[in-house]
Amino acid sequence: MSEIIIKNGFVFDPLQGIRGDKVDIAIKDGKIVETTALTNPKTIDAAGMTVMAGGVDIHSHVVGPKVNTGRLFRPEEKLFQNIKKTGSRMEMGTSIPSVYKTGYDYARMGYSYVNEAAMPPLHSPHVHEEIRDTPIIDISAMPVFGNNWFSLEYLKNNEIENNAAYTAWLLRATRGFGIKIVNPGGSEAWGWGLNCANIHEPVPYFDVTPAQIITGSIETNEYLGLPHSIHIHPNNLGNPGNYVDTLETLKLAEGYTAKNAFGRTQVMHLTHLQFHAYGGEGFNFESKVPEIMDYVNSHDNITVDIGQVTLDETTTMTADGPFEHHLRAVNNLKWANVDVELETAAGVVPFVYSANNKANAVQWAIGLEIGLLAKDPMRTYITTDHPNAGPFTRYPRVIKWLMSQAAREAQMDAFKHRDKVIDVTNIAGIDRELTLYEIAQMTRAGTAKALGIADMYGGLAPGMDADVAIYNLNAESMPSDAEEIEKAFSRCAYMLKDGIVAVKDGEIVAEPAKRTIWVDVKVPENAQVNRDIYEHFLKHYSLKLENYSLFEEHLHNPRVIEVNAAE
Amino acid sequence: METVTLTIKNQPSLYLEADNISPDAFAGKSAENIAALHAYEGNTQTTLGDHFEISGKGGATATETRIIVNGDVSKVKYIGMKMTGGEIVVNGNPDMYVGAWMQGGKITVKGNVDAFAGTGMKGGEIVIDGDAGNYLGAAYRGDWRGMQGGKITVKGNAGSDIGTFMNGGEIVIGGDVDVHVATHAEGGKIVVKGNAKSRVGGQMVEGEIIVFGDIEVMMPGFIYRKDVDLEVDGISARFALYEGDIGERHRKRKGEVIYGKLYQKY
Repeated sequence: MSEIIIKNGFVFDPLQGIRGDKVDIAIKDGKIVETTALTNPKTIDAAGMTVMAGGVDIHSHVVGPKVNTGRLFRPEEKLFQNIKKTGSRMEMGTSIPSVYKTGYDYARMGYSYVNEAAMPPLHSPHVHEEIRDTPIIDISAMPVFGNNWFSLEYLKNNEIENNAAYTAWLLRATRGFGIKIVNPGGSEAWGWGLNCANIHEPVPYFDVTPAQIITGSIETNEYLGLPHSIHIHPNNLGNPGNYVDTLETLKLAEGYTAKNAFGRTQVMHLTHLQFHAYGGEGFNFESKVPEIMDYVNSHDNITVDIGQVTLDETTTMTADGPFEHHLRAVNNLKWANVDVELETAAGVVPFVYSANNKANAVQWAIGLEIGLLAKDPMRTYITTDHPNAGPFTRYPRVIKWLMSQAAREAQMDAFKHRDKVIDVTNIAGIDRELTLYEIAQMTRAGTAKALGIADMYGGLAPGMDADVAIYNLNAESMPSDAEEIEKAFSRCAYMLKDGIVAVKDGEIVAEPAKRTIWVDVKVPENAQVNRDIYEHFLKHYSLKLENYSLFEEHLHNPRVIEVNAAE
Repeated sequence: METVTLTIKNQPSLYLEADNISPDAFAGKSAENIAALHAYEGNTQTTLGDHFEISGKGGATATETRIIVNGDVSKVKYIGMKMTGGEIVVNGNPDMYVGAWMQGGKITVKGNVDAFAGTGMKGGEIVIDGDAGNYLGAAYRGDWRGMQGGKITVKGNAGSDIGTFMNGGEIVIGGDVDVHVATHAEGGKIVVKGNAKSRVGGQMVEGEIIVFGDIEVMMPGFIYRKDVDLEVDGISARFALYEGDIGERHRKRKGEVIYGKLYQKY
């Protein structure tokens, strides 16, 4: 079968501790193997180039109903923009690219795995149909639990075993990957036109607090031993002064340790931290990143991702319904909102982040501070909360800013309110420039470990998937012009998926099979939960239980991660 | 100023997307080079030379280039799209998107235009001797950035949805207009010399609409304030001033709420 050897490249593989050494990477039948296992391999000469595992994105909105709502209600975003055909299908769109462009663009950047950040359980068939149509990259999707009536009721009564049984059932029903929590309690309150102002305020009509939802979910997650930890978008996104709620949320993880067979060490992943690290009031908000990152740095059971503002016109979309309503009143643009029965509520609003806007520039600085003040890059990850803070296609630009102080200064000089931004942030005083090794930690090794998939993705050890990205960057003599870094990460020299060259010189040359990753958990038979599910569907859902679970034909090329919590 | 004359010789069987018919694309080019410029018919790329007889040559810059388009151009779209200077005279009835996203120069149409003329226009002037279709000087579908500047004059009637999401500039209609005028507008000025139907100024935030004739159904969101004397296009008359849309958000200037203004001539 097919054998490839990648020679002479500077290899960065934090999972094995390889720091830019010239190591040969051997591939056979889609897996990384020892070089001795090859007989007659094709050679890829990576001399003067950087070799990493395929990128693993821990948080991105790429498939599902709200993404599609964004696509549908922004025809202007497709007008004369990015319309081309280089792969087997047409590409179009910018902040919310078509499914094909999504797959191709991730592959061009050397990414092979994306974790969809919010799947409304009721709409899981739609999510899986889009997963099928997104080429090349493997995708998992996390159903949202933090406002789900079942979970709210179980957690109110501290019935962890019941919540675990329900969680296992829902993961199977939706072919989901893990426990996503969005604005716990707040999105349900939004169904009544309300929100939760802080994590200790009870959810209206449910008599359970966001804090209880979070700790109960951690206990559920560790009871089940899922590959990933709970993945939380905390309360009060985007509100000045919200760093207090963020710290309180992070502190809820104290005393919990990860119990799982997947090498994961955190019990909480707090996502798009940039939106949750604000001090001050109103438009006079300021960076509270040092306070937050001090806490994150000193607590090993927490991971975070950045959610970097990229200063682009984009389309925000989140299962945080009340936040999107708030955002609509800020920019007065079009707005879509939906309440998904007993489960969640989402919204979509276009948004223009501008370098001329002081608030947007402060957000930009806050995001980069998170990356630059991180002591452990294995626990702090690069994201743009695509497409909320910017499109994922800007990751290379974020990497450029993190790796080059000169690039950051050039951007700051372009701000209309440069001095005011510097006054309320810490970015100007930070001279750290991240290394390629740290970038590899933040974009594949760390994310794969946090997702509990580091035995397959995010590294180049024998036995792992042969997903490899080769970038046109000479690790021994890095370009003095930071633009070259952005260029190299935007269009990789080679991207291999399962040992097949999918991208060469930044262009799609093949479209290897992609997979859907989901987690199948065995739990003890639970008659009460079975009855609760049956009754809720009878009384409250608009469809029958028999029609709710994903039909097998919706599931594309599955890769099941099996977990046994029944023993 | 140099002149390029295009006369249609082969009608497209589908519609022809000819955004290259613009002084910016023609500047510095000979008739032969202009004939080689591309156009699209469906998903097939053709050239302007496939469809037009071309004579003359472009000036050194867009501003020094004048284009005359002759013949039945009712299946030709995007004439003068994004042009920044110079002049286009169309002796016919072009299809959609005449002068869309135009930034400067002048387009004169000696006939009627179809929908979306002057979409997202930023500057320059469009003069239409006949009638205009729907969405004149409006925003592209889904966009919130409508006409920003420049002037559109229509001697005949206009269709529905003119000036949707208008932010600036001026539209003058000699005749009547159909429903939806200046919907969502946040600036700019629309003058209707004839009659309007209904939904005039719906969700209007700021800007001006001046109607000389009747308004069949007034929006309930507009409130009569007072009578004012105005001179519009050289005509002095007394107008009733209505303000709205009261159902929309409005900013304040010096403590005073700024509404959209709708003037109707007595």
